[in-house]
Amino acid sequence: MGRTLAQKVWDDHIVRSATGEPDLLFIDLHLIHEVTSPQAFDGLREAGRKVRRTDLTLATEDHNVPTIDIDKPIADPISRIQVDALRQNCAEFGVPIYSLGNEQQGIVHVVGPQTGLTQPGMTIVCGDSHTSTHGAFGALAFGIGTSEVEHVLATQTLPLKPFKTMAITVNGKLPAGVTAKDLILTIIAKIGTGGGQGYVLEYRGEAIQALSMEARMTICNMSIEAGARAGMIAPDETTFEYLKGRERAPMGADWDTAVAYWRTLPTDPDAVFDREVLIEASELSPFVTWGTNPGQGVPLNSTVPSPDQFADPVDKLACEKALTYMGLEAGQRIKDIRVNTVFLGSCTNGRIEDLRAAADILRGQKVASDVRMMVVPGSVRVRLAAMAEGLDKVFIQAGAEWREAGCSMCLGMNPDKLTPGERSASTSNRNFEGRQGPGGRTHLVSPQVAAATAIRGTLSSPEDLLSANLVSAGS
Amino acid sequence: MDKFTVHTGTAVPLRASNVDTDQIIPAEYLKRITRHGFEDGLFSAWRKDENFVLNQPQFKNGSVLVAGPDFGTGSSREHAVWALMDYGFKAVISSRFADIFRGNSGKQGLLTAVVEQDFVEQLWKEIENHPDTEVTVDLETRTITAGALSSTFEVDEYVRWRLLEGLDDVGLTLKHVDQIDNFEINRPSYKPTTV
Repeated sequence: MGRTLAQKVWDDHIVRSATGEPDLLFIDLHLIHEVTSPQAFDGLREAGRKVRRTDLTLATEDHNVPTIDIDKPIADPISRIQVDALRQNCAEFGVPIYSLGNEQQGIVHVVGPQTGLTQPGMTIVCGDSHTSTHGAFGALAFGIGTSEVEHVLATQTLPLKPFKTMAITVNGKLPAGVTAKDLILTIIAKIGTGGGQGYVLEYRGEAIQALSMEARMTICNMSIEAGARAGMIAPDETTFEYLKGRERAPMGADWDTAVAYWRTLPTDPDAVFDREVLIEASELSPFVTWGTNPGQGVPLNSTVPSPDQFADPVDKLACEKALTYMGLEAGQRIKDIRVNTVFLGSCTNGRIEDLRAAADILRGQKVASDVRMMVVPGSVRVRLAAMAEGLDKVFIQAGAEWREAGCSMCLGMNPDKLTPGERSASTSNRNFEGRQGPGGRTHLVSPQVAAATAIRGTLSSPEDLLSANLVSAGS
Repeated sequence: MDKFTVHTGTAVPLRASNVDTDQIIPAEYLKRITRHGFEDGLFSAWRKDENFVLNQPQFKNGSVLVAGPDFGTGSSREHAVWALMDYGFKAVISSRFADIFRGNSGKQGLLTAVVEQDFVEQLWKEIENHPDTEVTVDLETRTITAGALSSTFEVDEYVRWRLLEGLDDVGLTLKHVDQIDNFEINRPSYKPTTV
């Protein structure tokens, strides 16, 4: 019987396999950041252990870093201590690090792909659940806890039980104006926040193949929001095109050898998945969340659901709690919801294509007077690329704040936070209670919806801007 | 890691689904670089509400948390496990756990016991009506008993063995360092490095 993409990558990394025990898998790339690594380095020190493969380990500073005044010491003393601890640990153990101010610095899941480090067929881990992002290249990539970070630092391996596999096939073409973000939010609402537990998701089908690498990263990034540790997309010409020439990608004869191997990775025609989900792309439309978990989403052009719509008492209660927290009424039109803040950025939607898409909508327009819009590039390189295209000027002229790179308001570990009761339209990945700041209320949206919402002040699609213009032109 | 064989204590009914790790411990508490002392961060936003279950005197000293489905979703932060353990929890009972949270718990010695949602509902009623009910979680026999209630629970067999023995994963893996050496020798040369 044939094998799936995930099974092939798994099989090629087995160091040791024994009955009744997890497989021991070799890890090709270990990314680390300041939040989930200090206790792991402490563990190494206490046991007198070294980092086994510093050449397969890379650190970046992202979760805590400020997005203004980065030439000054970090103002929050506790954040500063944590970033300093990472720098000291990397110096002591010989791990390469992209620090604040370095042109390579950025969100860990933006940095790996942009340098070409993330390649098909690799195993990639990081103490961060959005490591699933790298699966867009056909890598088996997943988040780990701090104990596992320590384990990988010490051994370059992880003991793991095999995952089940789930095919998510998206047939047809996405309608104009429907993005990768709308697609993944729709998938999460369909299979639920627990639907992917124990599975590696493989996204496939015509609509997936048509996506750019950056859009594929948006999809795989949020696999964890469906409960899956990893999401993958088979490598193809789009993948190779993206990688070719990047500084960490193979060169010359190595490139040809690598591509020949990568072409063997896609799931065999006779492979069997443990579960299959079908999505019809043509039925999709812009999608946003109304509640406090990423599965609580609806089409933008609809209404806030009522607890009565849920048969399961657990879901009913979750809906009641979410409506109270979010300050929403059942039956309210989604497009009537006013926001205070728009956040464009994060490892989900902080890449150059995301910034371009939002800038195209904001060009020549103004952010509503009662709305704050923050644009936070996913990495310094994304920031510089955007500036080279003049996107920074588009954002600034529209009245948005143009910031330095980092995780920023996605999780509010730096000063970029919502205040209690403040409502955001955010291109990030989690609408949990208090995620963007205590008491903050988050609606997850695509970059296009974020930009249109910033202009109108209410949750909106770019189409709403067109119809508004037509109305004003006609009047 | 301490061994886990059997634990008996009072329980806390947490009637919520999708308790994500941002609720278990908000990001603000993740700036610490130590491995202990996270008990103040546990459910810190919810603990501001005086009606929250941990603020009710009858549930203050519980050591077994009984939660709704999809417990521990979201961020991979192991701080969520540290906060639960620092607060005094030894076991969490739910019908479904997020994968990463469950893995982290197994590394630290916090038992995550999977039971049917019906049994969770029965446990909630029992401990709400009789908060001093002692709940026993027995890893040897994979059973939970609370008053007249009883159920077996699911736990990964390998994790169970490690918890029963109190074994540390790194030490176990390093017994096979020869095999890691061999694997490295045969890795393709085109694979990238970070230096």
